[in-house]
Amino acid sequence: MPRGGGWRPGARWARAASEAAAPDWRGADAGAARARPMILVARTGQRDTVTAACPAALDLGIAPGMAAAHARALVADLDVRDANRDADRAWLDRLALHAARHWTPSAAVAGEDGLWLDIGGTAHLFGGEARFSARLCRFLARLGFTARIAVAGTPGAAHALARFGGAPIRLLSAGEEAEALAPLPLAALRLAPGALAAARRFGLERVGDLYPMPRGPLARRLGRGAVERLDQARGFAPEPFAPVVPFETPEARRQLLEPIGTAEAIGAVIDDLLRDLLAELERQGLGLRLALLRCATLDRGEQRVTIGAARATRDAAHLRRLFGLRIDRIEPGLGIEAMMLAALEVEPLAPAMIDAALDGRAQGRDLAPLVDQLAGRAGEAALFRLASVESDVPERAVARAAPLASPPGWPAWPRPVRILSRPEPLQGVMALLPDHPPRRFAWRGRTYRIVAGDGPERIHGEWWRRPREMWAVRDYFRVEADTGERFWLFRRGDGLDEQSGDLSWFMHGVFG
Amino acid sequence: MNISAPFESRRGTGDLAALREAVARVAAARGPVLPFGIAPLDERLSGGGLDGAGLHEIAAATASWGDDAAATLFAAGIAARFAGARGLSVLWALTRFDLYAPGLEQAGLGPERILYAEGRDDRELLAICEDGLRGGVLACVVAEVKAADQTATRRLQLAAAEGATPMLLYRRHRRVGACPLDTPSLAMTRWRIAARPSERLAVPAIGRGRWHVELVRQRGGPPFALELEACDDQGRLALPAATRDRAAATGGAASPALGRVA
Repeated sequence: MPRGGGWRPGARWARAASEAAAPDWRGADAGAARARPMILVARTGQRDTVTAACPAALDLGIAPGMAAAHARALVADLDVRDANRDADRAWLDRLALHAARHWTPSAAVAGEDGLWLDIGGTAHLFGGEARFSARLCRFLARLGFTARIAVAGTPGAAHALARFGGAPIRLLSAGEEAEALAPLPLAALRLAPGALAAARRFGLERVGDLYPMPRGPLARRLGRGAVERLDQARGFAPEPFAPVVPFETPEARRQLLEPIGTAEAIGAVIDDLLRDLLAELERQGLGLRLALLRCATLDRGEQRVTIGAARATRDAAHLRRLFGLRIDRIEPGLGIEAMMLAALEVEPLAPAMIDAALDGRAQGRDLAPLVDQLAGRAGEAALFRLASVESDVPERAVARAAPLASPPGWPAWPRPVRILSRPEPLQGVMALLPDHPPRRFAWRGRTYRIVAGDGPERIHGEWWRRPREMWAVRDYFRVEADTGERFWLFRRGDGLDEQSGDLSWFMHGVFG
Repeated sequence: MNISAPFESRRGTGDLAALREAVARVAAARGPVLPFGIAPLDERLSGGGLDGAGLHEIAAATASWGDDAAATLFAAGIAARFAGARGLSVLWALTRFDLYAPGLEQAGLGPERILYAEGRDDRELLAICEDGLRGGVLACVVAEVKAADQTATRRLQLAAAEGATPMLLYRRHRRVGACPLDTPSLAMTRWRIAARPSERLAVPAIGRGRWHVELVRQRGGPPFALELEACDDQGRLALPAATRDRAAATGGAASPALGRVA
């Protein structure tokens, strides 16, 4: 048998069937959960179906697969929550990855609520199958899962026994699969719904009922798939699965013969490390986003330097320049004896097509290296673009965006070039109500005489943010003083309704 | 005497040719020039526009907020035209952020065109600017500083020439009554901008803004001053309508009525 699929004769299969719904229960208070039966429902087509039920609900006769309305009718005081399949799946993926990193080289997610672990050849590392299963059970219990584990010679048997075996941990010696499976219901064999219905018509209920039947008629009645499942469970046919492949952080490492301490020597080693790491990244088709340089010093200390790139890159000269800005932060102490460079964050980096290279237009050059360089000097938060936010309130219309983003612009209403972060009140305002700009006002100790004005531009409060803004109104005016200065003023309130504001005037911005 | 005169004149023409050659060499070393598109302004600027690889300083005429905004918008307009000509981003470095991006977009500097850098102090700001200039991937670098001494301006000028990127140094007022352009500098041009009352319209509304644009100093030319209309949504300035008419009537930009030096 080919080894590639992960199957080999005599492999031992551990099968952990966990309650997929458990993560949602963990959030609930344990006492409350006991007091109040809980079910998870998911919408399928026109009706809500129960996907999982807590032990208390199961005791009351609710079973997964039941209509949610039926369950509500059975139990009046029922805690009904929505199932989150994506979160369940994410948990299973994490568990599979953990298993692949810690217990066995081949682990995979099985169905919606289980994991395959091929523990053939690795169980003895954990003290044998029984101790490993107990340990796995405890580990999952600590995470908040109720696990049922079956260890068998075939994946099919492990699957069936974990779900229908009835015991939390079930260990099966080699060759006992057929015997152990015989009393289980046919559903344990993962048959298609059509095959199950057909079997029910023929009066076949247990797996054992299939054993004495001749294979030809069996295949005709239940389909070839059913015979294959039966063979797989008994170990007559292989059942390969695709194991998850954990990702390893690309890393380069140099052990130094002599401890080094000068900036030049450190720079030279960084060059070597970068060459090794970038060659590895190029082989995998990845680009670097975040790199960590660790320097082990003679006195058992460790110096760490991190650099980040705004866009995935494999440009050695650019990365070298970024490290060059930080070399002075490394304190070699008595000397550095080893240096490690790890690519903490990587992204796929494939050759990209150069657009607009042929039609002669001016071509925008790549800003990313410069952004990295400036971020290295001033900090990442110092570089930003400003993007529009869908809000009419001027101070909320602007939000910071990433330096390489290409954000959309704002509507073309007249807007000042500088604004006060906090509008300042005006004194001595003389204005006609309700919709004329002021004739004169005083601000910061100076009196301004207004010769012309535009407005009002009315901006209503955003009641969905704060209830206080329910009726609030700002009337904005553009005014020009006799000296030529142009200001952006607003009045609180529309001048008619008391609730809209107290008619006080504020300075907010200045036009050029 | 009657022999020396033609000799003198021949030597004079030779000198002139050599000088012209030297000037052409220097001019070739300068970056691409961005004209304003306003004849009276471009004719008086040595080189016919703003040097695309040099340092230019801009300051408000007074410490008032209105002049400050006018000078900011003047810088934004120039930056927008540099960015538009090259299709690149502008780096706007400052220490205290009080710009309003929608207003800058209305001078032609849309959000996709402008990258902000916030420095902790003027020293870090100038270092950021130098990096940005030397990178050569920016259309223009604008920095708002309170103080930059002669050494700093020299460094900026060298970095601008190296990266062939224009640098606009916006000098903020530190004290009322002291012009920030009083400090010596190696800038190619130094501008002082003041807001002026705009033309009154027939209706009680606001017309296009008007600025008093004063070129305090330039390399290779005399200072001058002009009254101009504020920049439009592409960052372009314009001559006021009355001046435009007068220029057409008297036949060109050389008319002495144009630059009413204040």
